[in-house]
Amino acid sequence: MADKDIRYLTPVAVDTAKSKYCRFKKHNIRYVDYKDPEFLKQFLNEQGKILPRRLTGTSLKYQRKVAKAVKRARHLAFLPYVTDLMK
Amino acid sequence: MINSYETVFIITPVLSEDQVKEAVKKFRTVLTDGGAEIVNEEDWGLKKLAYPIKHKTTGFYSLIEFKCDSQLIKKLEIEYKRDEKIIRFLTFHLDKFAVAYAERRRNKKNQKVETKEEK
Repeated sequence: MADKDIRYLTPVAVDTAKSKYCRFKKHNIRYVDYKDPEFLKQFLNEQGKILPRRLTGTSLKYQRKVAKAVKRARHLAFLPYVTDLMK
Repeated sequence: MINSYETVFIITPVLSEDQVKEAVKKFRTVLTDGGAEIVNEEDWGLKKLAYPIKHKTTGFYSLIEFKCDSQLIKKLEIEYKRDEKIIRFLTFHLDKFAVAYAERRRNKKNQKVETKEEK
């Protein structure tokens, strides 16, 4: 009985599975530039660590390119090795 | 084997303006003497480093894109290591996608420059 009385103000957000796609395949990007920190920041979390594929959804081939580009950017001090609240 | 390369290096901020230019010119001559063909050269000037290198928080960035024989790269890197004004350097072998990207980037920059002049 109690179930009927429960009415939610907002509809229960059933997390619709938003299908992840590899942005490199979709926008046909073939080269990840290590000199462009703004673009690379999308693949880093707040501490400046590289996000795993399961979160960004990139394919393996481009995840390796991104990882290498981020490491080169860190070498040249475009990106910090470790920081807090970078974004 | 002639490949296309791209080298970025950071010069200590302690130097005066002309010493920086001279350092950049020195590496240009190292390249041109070795028979390299310089495709593009950019100078990003004084930029803040993401973390202090040798206790310095800023540095003069400059980029040289060039085509040269692969043996010259070893000589260039020795030159970098020997020169204490350079605090960080990276040479990078450009594959065909990277060359296309650099080409597009250069045209975009030229367009930006042109639009500024038109105004």
